[in-house]
Amino acid sequence: MICREAQTRKADKNMSGNALKDTKKLQASFVPPTPSAPDTAQEHSETANQKHIRSIADEITEKTFQNVSLCYQCGKCSAGCPVRFYMEVAPNKIVRLIQLGLYEEALNSNTPWLCAGCLTCSTRCPNSFDLAKFMDAVREVALEKGVEVGERDILNFHKAFLDQIKHHGRSYEVGLVADYKMRTLNLLQDVDSAPGMFVKGKLSVLPHNVKDKKSVKEIFEKTSIKKNQTPL
Amino acid sequence: MKIGVFICHCGENISRTVDCPRVAHFCEGLPGVEYSIDYKYMCSDPGQKMIKDAIHEHKLDAIVVGSCSPNMHERTFRNAAVSAGINPFLVEIANLREHCSWVHDDVEAATEKAIELVRMAIEKVKRDKPLTKIKVPVTKRVLVIGGGIAGIQAALDVANAGYEVVLVEREPSIGGHMSQLSETFPTLDCSQCILTPRMVEVYQHPKIKLLTYSEVVKVEGFIGNFKATIKKKARHINEDLCSGCGLCITKCPTKKKAYNSFEEDLAFRPAIYVPFPQAVPNIPVIDETVCMYYKNGKCGMCVKVCDREAIDFEQKDTMLVADIGAIIVATGYKLYNIDKKTFDSKYKGYGEYGYGKYRDVIDGLQFERIASASGPTAGEIKRPSDGKEPKKIVFIQCVGSRDPSKGISYCSKICCMYTAKHAMLYKHKVHDGEAYVFYMDIRAGGKMYDEFVRRAIEEDQVKYIRGRVSRIYEENGKYIVKGEDTIAGVPVEIDADLVVLATAMIPHDNAPTLAQTIGIPYDRHGFFNEAHPKLRPVESTTAGVFLAGACQSPKDIPESVSMASAAASKAMILFASDTLEREPVVAKVNEDLCAGCFYCKKVCPFGAIEVKDITDVNGIVYKEVAYINQGVCQGCGTCTATCLSKSIELAGFNNEEIFAEIAAL
Repeated sequence: MICREAQTRKADKNMSGNALKDTKKLQASFVPPTPSAPDTAQEHSETANQKHIRSIADEITEKTFQNVSLCYQCGKCSAGCPVRFYMEVAPNKIVRLIQLGLYEEALNSNTPWLCAGCLTCSTRCPNSFDLAKFMDAVREVALEKGVEVGERDILNFHKAFLDQIKHHGRSYEVGLVADYKMRTLNLLQDVDSAPGMFVKGKLSVLPHNVKDKKSVKEIFEKTSIKKNQTPL
Repeated sequence: MKIGVFICHCGENISRTVDCPRVAHFCEGLPGVEYSIDYKYMCSDPGQKMIKDAIHEHKLDAIVVGSCSPNMHERTFRNAAVSAGINPFLVEIANLREHCSWVHDDVEAATEKAIELVRMAIEKVKRDKPLTKIKVPVTKRVLVIGGGIAGIQAALDVANAGYEVVLVEREPSIGGHMSQLSETFPTLDCSQCILTPRMVEVYQHPKIKLLTYSEVVKVEGFIGNFKATIKKKARHINEDLCSGCGLCITKCPTKKKAYNSFEEDLAFRPAIYVPFPQAVPNIPVIDETVCMYYKNGKCGMCVKVCDREAIDFEQKDTMLVADIGAIIVATGYKLYNIDKKTFDSKYKGYGEYGYGKYRDVIDGLQFERIASASGPTAGEIKRPSDGKEPKKIVFIQCVGSRDPSKGISYCSKICCMYTAKHAMLYKHKVHDGEAYVFYMDIRAGGKMYDEFVRRAIEEDQVKYIRGRVSRIYEENGKYIVKGEDTIAGVPVEIDADLVVLATAMIPHDNAPTLAQTIGIPYDRHGFFNEAHPKLRPVESTTAGVFLAGACQSPKDIPESVSMASAAASKAMILFASDTLEREPVVAKVNEDLCAGCFYCKKVCPFGAIEVKDITDVNGIVYKEVAYINQGVCQGCGTCTATCLSKSIELAGFNNEEIFAEIAAL
């Protein structure tokens, strides 16, 4: 999801009309965004001679195929989140901030980065809102907008992991460790667990490549993120 | 045929977008139209007088009124026509408001459309035939299904008006869920103290025939003339002989063989039992699944101790048939089972709350029994696992309710109030205890309801935490409740001794079966559907069947009682005359054309279509055709549209009339 190409479609007039920019960039996204075809949206805007401001809530809705307004703030996700205690902002609050259009606060927090994607929240959500999917989209948007990442190391881990996939077609643990350490310079982190893992055969010295590495690489090239596409 | 056309402006509602004088003027020239006029308010007295005068003056045979929806004023105009001597079914309404002026802006186009609509109505009215209302006799007896507070109230109201009532209750005693409650919100009245006098009144009322431990298995017929078959399950006690002394119960050797369902499985009962001491009727029932006599043919202790010889092991289920004029359905609700559910259930369970796994995670009705003075703990708050007094208690609201992913999207309405009551009762009995309530929203709409919740918070210091609990697990004899205070934005963990889940109200499992038996619609949850959500809330769409209480949607006691009284009055309105007048808009089968495919029988939502044998002179059946019971038919027209041989015609909407309308376009 992280490396998926950002969509550059523009929002329709109605959504930008709802933006209440005066009050702390509060953008009301309670109206479920209705994705319109790109060309008609363009036409619409040109006749209105108006610059588009597509809300991030719309973008996330499109990426995840679920309405951000589904969340009714019961807090069950935060209550059951195993990493909640390390988060600056509760997961349900991230959804609330996105619903209200307070994007900076949502994207700058470490919460989306700490989300381990364990899906406890998605499983227990009474309104069938897939919060893990939502968090994935928030991370993606944060990268697209070039927002300062709350937990740099976690992003580095994601990148190191994806690099392995890109080069080998599947995970290569030794390469992942090396890549991650080079990126973060946390050279001695967790070294004590290496011998045990090695003995158990969890760390193979040579990578196990897939047959068609080229195709995997092509996927990565086609879907890589273009940074700073639109200002926040 | 001379037709009069009357175009209403409806103030500005129609005339704003439709040029009414032009429509009226256009109609003047149409063939068959004798007279045409427009007026500001046709439904007003002068407007109606205008219609009557025109009928007399121009000797009109039929009229067309271009006005609002026929739902609004069809009756007004028909009555006007009747008083001027025209058959009411020779009045047609062209809906110029809802179908035209309200939904269009363009005056020119809307006027064109209005003309078309009126023309269609004119073509139809030319082919309309005068119809007379159908008269059917009425049996003045009500069948009340369900002996909870709603059924009791409805039965008493009808019986006190002097009509006969048959009250059918599935359980051995009437009283329903209300008899299980400890105290009622918002007054903290003792529930049984206010209910039991009514139960006794039902039992003693000369007009009420009480059938407990019985079920309605079949309903035939139509409004005013139902025939209900009721299965009276075998109690194995002769009701006429039993004095209710209770000696058999105390002597029964199977003391703790079965869970006591009245005590919500928190206590046991013997094989022969009355559900609770104030049961009405106070006659025991033998549970065949537990009784030793049915297992090995021995024991018979109850027979020995009963000096009135009331025990009858050979008793069989009996079927009773009753003629009924109206039915009041008051089957109530059950609580959502929070345990892990089986695959065939439409509801999913809450595995994360550990209900069924932890004995101290209980539901609302179980807490009612624990708090009740007549309950298994004699009113002392003790937890089921070890009988200790809980010092920390957690109440969780919206368990099941407002949870579309578990299958229940609605709000159960009463949980906010009863949770506040539970927390209050707990604090009144355990002064040094702590009570926490996890809620999503507090919905306390009702007289003195919100004040009641505030009292729990302000006076009784119940701690309300806004957030839904994610998980409950056991640790060192405590139940760790993991939640989040979404207002403060902090995670919360409470080590509770007892957890009470405010589970959703759902209809009984067999509610859809009963609905199919009676022939009334129900929603996707199994609640019975009312005829109109605003204006006909106590009537079902089947004429003569009324709804009361929580079988229609979640309700508290005052709402159930008022609905029951409303349903009773609806039944009494029906009984006010000896015969019923019905709209003659019913379907009729042309028996010569009918091929007997009975597709109509399959599609009829009211079960109005029967099989009729056609015999020759020798009495030999040579053909089967469809027959439509005019008392049951609601004139929906589904059979007409389905009929392959076009042999069914709906009076007032026959094919000729409809095609004439279409052709006029």
